[in-house]
Amino acid sequence: MSESAGQLADLRGRVEALLAAHDPATSDRLDFLRARFDAGLAWVHFPEGLGGLGLPRSLQGYVDELLARAGAPDNDPRRNGIGLGMAAPTILTFGTDEQRRTFLRPLWTGEEVWCQLFSEPGAGSDLAAVGTRAVPDPHDPGTWVVNGQKVWTSSAHKARWAILVARTDPGVPKHAGLTYFVCDMTDPGVDVRPLRQITGEAEFNEVFLSDVRIPDAHRLGAVGEGWRVANATLMNERVAIGGHAAPRESGMAGVVARTWRERPELRTPELHDRLLSLWVEAEVARLTGQRLRQKLAVGEPGPEGSAMKLTFARLAQELSGLELELLGEEGLRYDEWTMTRPDIVEFTGRDAGYRYLRAKGNSIEGGTSEILRNIVAERVLGLPSEPRVDKDIPWKDLPR
Amino acid sequence: MTTPPTSAVPTPAAASAAASAAGDPAGVDAAAAPSGGGLDLLYTDVEDALRASVRDLLTARCTPDAVVAAYDGDRSLTATLWKALAVDLGLAGLLVPEERGGAGASAREAAVVLEELGRFAAPVPFLTSAVVATTALLASMDDDLLVRLAAGERTAALVVPLSADAAGFRPVVRVQEDGTLHGRVTSVAGAVEADVLVVPVATGGGVALHAVEASAARVDHVVSLDMTRPLADVTLDGVRGELVVGADAGADAVRLALETGAALMASEQLGVAQWCLSATVGYLLERRQFGRVVGGFQAIKHRLADLYVVVESASAAARHAAVTAAEQDPDRTVAASVAQAYCSGAAVRAAEECVQLHGGIGMTWEHPAHLYLKRAKADQITFGTPGRHRALLGELVDLPA
Repeated sequence: MSESAGQLADLRGRVEALLAAHDPATSDRLDFLRARFDAGLAWVHFPEGLGGLGLPRSLQGYVDELLARAGAPDNDPRRNGIGLGMAAPTILTFGTDEQRRTFLRPLWTGEEVWCQLFSEPGAGSDLAAVGTRAVPDPHDPGTWVVNGQKVWTSSAHKARWAILVARTDPGVPKHAGLTYFVCDMTDPGVDVRPLRQITGEAEFNEVFLSDVRIPDAHRLGAVGEGWRVANATLMNERVAIGGHAAPRESGMAGVVARTWRERPELRTPELHDRLLSLWVEAEVARLTGQRLRQKLAVGEPGPEGSAMKLTFARLAQELSGLELELLGEEGLRYDEWTMTRPDIVEFTGRDAGYRYLRAKGNSIEGGTSEILRNIVAERVLGLPSEPRVDKDIPWKDLPR
Repeated sequence: MTTPPTSAVPTPAAASAAASAAGDPAGVDAAAAPSGGGLDLLYTDVEDALRASVRDLLTARCTPDAVVAAYDGDRSLTATLWKALAVDLGLAGLLVPEERGGAGASAREAAVVLEELGRFAAPVPFLTSAVVATTALLASMDDDLLVRLAAGERTAALVVPLSADAAGFRPVVRVQEDGTLHGRVTSVAGAVEADVLVVPVATGGGVALHAVEASAARVDHVVSLDMTRPLADVTLDGVRGELVVGADAGADAVRLALETGAALMASEQLGVAQWCLSATVGYLLERRQFGRVVGGFQAIKHRLADLYVVVESASAAARHAAVTAAEQDPDRTVAASVAQAYCSGAAVRAAEECVQLHGGIGMTWEHPAHLYLKRAKADQITFGTPGRHRALLGELVDLPA
């Protein structure tokens, strides 16, 4: 593989220089993060000048570790998962130089949180059917006017920007009439309303767009290319969800294992074998993710990430379900139904009942498991798609 | 095959580079290793070249027609194929250090060979002789037998039931005061092909290993579920052997041999599963019913997608077991049990799906699917069942019953 002792030594030198110029103990957090970005140590696989050094993705862990050891603040990536995991790589791939310069730095530092305006009440798995319209303003050339409704929007209430897929040409088949934009969430036409979920809390939102104005300079990719751009985003999402670096027993397996160890009185032989089956599967999933990351170290996310996400969702659901059974009578209780707006979503947070219910979302968000199986079957295994009745029909003529 | 005799065998330098190369700066600077980077689970160029040599040879010589003949009593393929692999390609000595007459490679390379052998359901005693018996004999002080095994001049079998696992094995053969061996061990794999038997013997001081000429023992061939790895019942009735590993070291040698067998058989199971998946996808891209390619029906696609996920997962588990064994990583025992607990089921599922999704032709003798089903099901029981490995893991990772 590509990294060498020389690369590591060079990185270590750059980290030391950053720390020397900006002592984490005395620097302002944001100043430090901006300096880190400017030193190319934010995401080393990004190009120089955009927070990176054009190095293999696999070297990032080395930088993170050195900085963590020095007590440097991080950019709290959990607060801006969609920005870091989805918007950033899409902007890098499809954005203009101006867009990259404008958006990437405050995105990475966390000054600006991003959300995703993709799914709609009438377009979930069939994302290409979105009906939110973007129309050029006849009185203001260079501006689009957007109307529609989006759902399942995490972080919309905190977001400064959104990545948005909208229909710009209803007269052509659905995949061909889409365009991808960056939407200003502070526009007066953006109305964010909490959407309560089965857990009781409102982690997501509905977003109503009424005459929202978007300058053409905030279009990502060509008019009509939105589907291709959105697909690149979704591949990144699946990698982000399914393939993060992790030690053994991280995630749901660790939660259930801890309960098992701490509560010997709850154990039964039947639960023991199920626990170990799932523990083995979780360990294998961890190794599979590690292997996938090694494959991706110099490459782009591919459909293999969809496979990881399938496994992750199933294991989170089975493990959290097992934990409720293990807890028995305690599993009948729930911590809190009051509607809250969580700041950070922790799949393994709160109590076992919450974890069980929240895990149900894992096989729906970021592509349902059914759609992911189609992706694996078609793009990895090369199997044909089902016959599509809507493929050649203009979007406006589709039955709905 | 015109491959020069040693071209398939990695040099020790290349093998050690393979072991330390790749996606992990830890190899260069362990003090600042990234969390979760981990051991290199991919294949090195050396391993790819080794795989290509083995695959070329098996493609030419190990055809399904020749393999299936073993079930009808014609085992002629085994001897010629094993000689080509063991001697011509030099694979018998992969796990033997150079200074002891071997190739000085590691479990990483042996695992790649096993993937290919699994992919062809090859009826050769690589796992039993070159991996299990050889690993046991690495504890021997006398290199004579090891050198000859590494050269492919002799073929050995560790005389244990194929279902024995590293943690639970107890020898049944006894040594009498006159030095003769007595006992009967059932369901021994590799004994049919072996000319020397490595026999774990219970003594007062522990487990000793004796090398016995196969011709001196009674080796009763058994009609086996998997005739590509045929079993035999071995009876020792007053036979004399040569002490090769003393009672102080034999138990550890057998444990390591069976653990290494379990760890590396996961790669064979991976090869079986990969063949089953690709054969099934290939068939379903051609087979038409209802005017459509059958592989286009969503009910079928979802099953194959799930199977792909299983096979990819098995490859990570198998690779991890091989790499930890190669590096003598402290995690190797856990990794071996994780790999067996996962890959056994993965191979069986792939083979069962292969039969089912081939429909009628999948149930026939003429289609090779059954070779893989029989291998997969027998492998599942070999070196401990998945349930046994889960139980072992419960102890190893502090999740007690």
